[in-house]
Amino acid sequence: MKPDNNKKQKKDDKKQLGLQKTPSGISGLDEVTGGGLPKGRPTLICGEAGSGKTMMSVEFIVRGATQFAEPGVIMTFEERVPELALNVASLGFDLEKLQANKKIKVDYVHIARTEISETGEYDLDGLFIRLEYAINTVKAKRVVLDTIENLFGGLANEAILRAELRRLFTWLKDKGVTAIITGERGDGKLTRHGLEEYVSDCVILLDHRVLNQISTRRLRIVKYRGSLHGTNEYPFLIDNDGIVVLPVTSLELDKEVTSERISSGIPSFDEMLGGKGFFRGGSILISGTAGTGKTSIATTFADGVCRNGERCLYFAFEEPPQQIIRNMRSINLHLDKHVKTGLLKFCAARPTLYGLEMHLVAIYKEIQKFKPAVVILDPITNFASIGSLSEVKNMLIRLIDFLQNEQITVMFTALNLNDSLRDPTDEAVSSLVDSWLLVKDIEANGERNRGLYVMKSRGMKHSNQVREFVISDDGLELINVYVGPDGILTGSAREAQMIQEETGIAIRNYTLNRKDREIMRKRQVLESKIASLNAEFESVEEELNKVYEEEELRKQILNKNRETMQNIRLSGEKNSKPKKPQNDS
Amino acid sequence: MTAEDTKKWELRLYIAGHTEKSVTALNNLRKYCEEHLKGQYRIEVIDLLRKPQLAEGDQILATPTLVRKVPEPIRKIIGDLSDEEKVLVGLNIIPA
Repeated sequence: MKPDNNKKQKKDDKKQLGLQKTPSGISGLDEVTGGGLPKGRPTLICGEAGSGKTMMSVEFIVRGATQFAEPGVIMTFEERVPELALNVASLGFDLEKLQANKKIKVDYVHIARTEISETGEYDLDGLFIRLEYAINTVKAKRVVLDTIENLFGGLANEAILRAELRRLFTWLKDKGVTAIITGERGDGKLTRHGLEEYVSDCVILLDHRVLNQISTRRLRIVKYRGSLHGTNEYPFLIDNDGIVVLPVTSLELDKEVTSERISSGIPSFDEMLGGKGFFRGGSILISGTAGTGKTSIATTFADGVCRNGERCLYFAFEEPPQQIIRNMRSINLHLDKHVKTGLLKFCAARPTLYGLEMHLVAIYKEIQKFKPAVVILDPITNFASIGSLSEVKNMLIRLIDFLQNEQITVMFTALNLNDSLRDPTDEAVSSLVDSWLLVKDIEANGERNRGLYVMKSRGMKHSNQVREFVISDDGLELINVYVGPDGILTGSAREAQMIQEETGIAIRNYTLNRKDREIMRKRQVLESKIASLNAEFESVEEELNKVYEEEELRKQILNKNRETMQNIRLSGEKNSKPKKPQNDS
Repeated sequence: MTAEDTKKWELRLYIAGHTEKSVTALNNLRKYCEEHLKGQYRIEVIDLLRKPQLAEGDQILATPTLVRKVPEPIRKIIGDLSDEEKVLVGLNIIPA
């Protein structure tokens, strides 16, 4: 995240020519302040005891020394140097080493009223000289005074002290060091002794609240003269890498988007989403009542992602990973295989383990470590038990923002407590997500079946049909719902309907066959009739032909006879005339 | 060890340059010492403008500051030492 901050810083420098800023290096803080603390000016960090003032200021110095090549001075009025070093060692800061390398200088100012008595006029030149000496020793650009208010406890003459403090802050400005002054929160005032009077450029208020037995640290920028800044309360936390401030949302919505798609792992379900599945980098919410198979959908998705050789990070907030793996074996999903190859990683934590912010950061960190293509949170409903609805929503907005930036697809599951669509978690989250699937119980004929709806799916064609969602030994499948005269048919009613229809088909087929045979027989009858008619016709024809032929024959014979007669007559005239009359008689 | 080091009272006065306050303080201190601790004291004046590194060791905040190194315990009196009684009480020269 650090390089991002640097980039941001440069960008802001261009935007705000007037005020130069010093990046604090504290992740998130530079985003909230639009680039860091005012350069060369003092900043007041105030808050109650244990709100993290010292941690934040020490981190400012350490980050400056290690990341921005800006050495720093810590002047502590509270903790001795070894104590301070020990306290911040838990954040991974090695003050002793940094001191030895002349990157920082820690000066412990001890004040005890019992040891000091005051007579007459004095000033705090001693302090100035010490500070200047420390600054010169390491050529410091950053200074922390933690907490200078302790002077009020050590010195009785408040008039002198106030005058000197005013002089000190002016002096710090003249020195051009970026300074953090810490102050304890007072009644009705930001600090107990009104330090805000002197430090007016930038005031940051830290707060540590416990709600429902879960503590949340918050930060608010009370003022930042000459600069735009986020005005919200931003949650932050202190973990073993230092302080992380979480901006509720980045102010811009200029995310890069892709139209690349990612399969849901269920082919029949992809079909409901235009045949391709979800958008990569999108967010998907699966909500449903208990036992509707939300986890099954989520794990099937995870399985599909891993099959494609991509990484999937699975946050389980309800079941231990081993249990999920075991349970999913029953639907022919072998997740342990993916866990072994390192493509799938489970992170399990009870939501009540720590506050929302801590969860968010834990999620952030895991994601940055594992660099997955897909993140699954199962389920998000339980977060409602550790924060109000709006807090959960804020957290999810931030998470979705972050994931969208990283082009990571995220799937949430949410438990609906009742069957109505107007479940609060759904309502809160549904507007944030790109795709919302609802798995609903369809109860009829004394059995319970699952119906899957695509409530919304931005930017893609999606089915408006309710599908029956079947969890079988072989995995998940969506089946077209049968719509009968009595409404939607699911489960055994659907099976019955299917059997009924199959019977119908068989009967129809049988009838058809019988008809065919009938036709065959009819044809045979007809054909035999035709044959007999043909025969009849032939005999008639023959009869007719016989007459005709006889006639012809007779004609021929007649002709022949006549010819013969003629020949006889002609031959009689030639050979013997007398013979001719014989012929005539 | 020289005789000088074995004085009963070792006093250190931290100042930041020769300001009006530091001159007043030094004059006052000398006066009180001559009156009450004649021959038993040693005053060391440290100008922090010249030796800023010494401020940390004796935990100096304010100037002028008078530090009683010996006898123990260390006591500090800040200011121009204009209130004689307070100074003497502070240095445990006279009981409170």
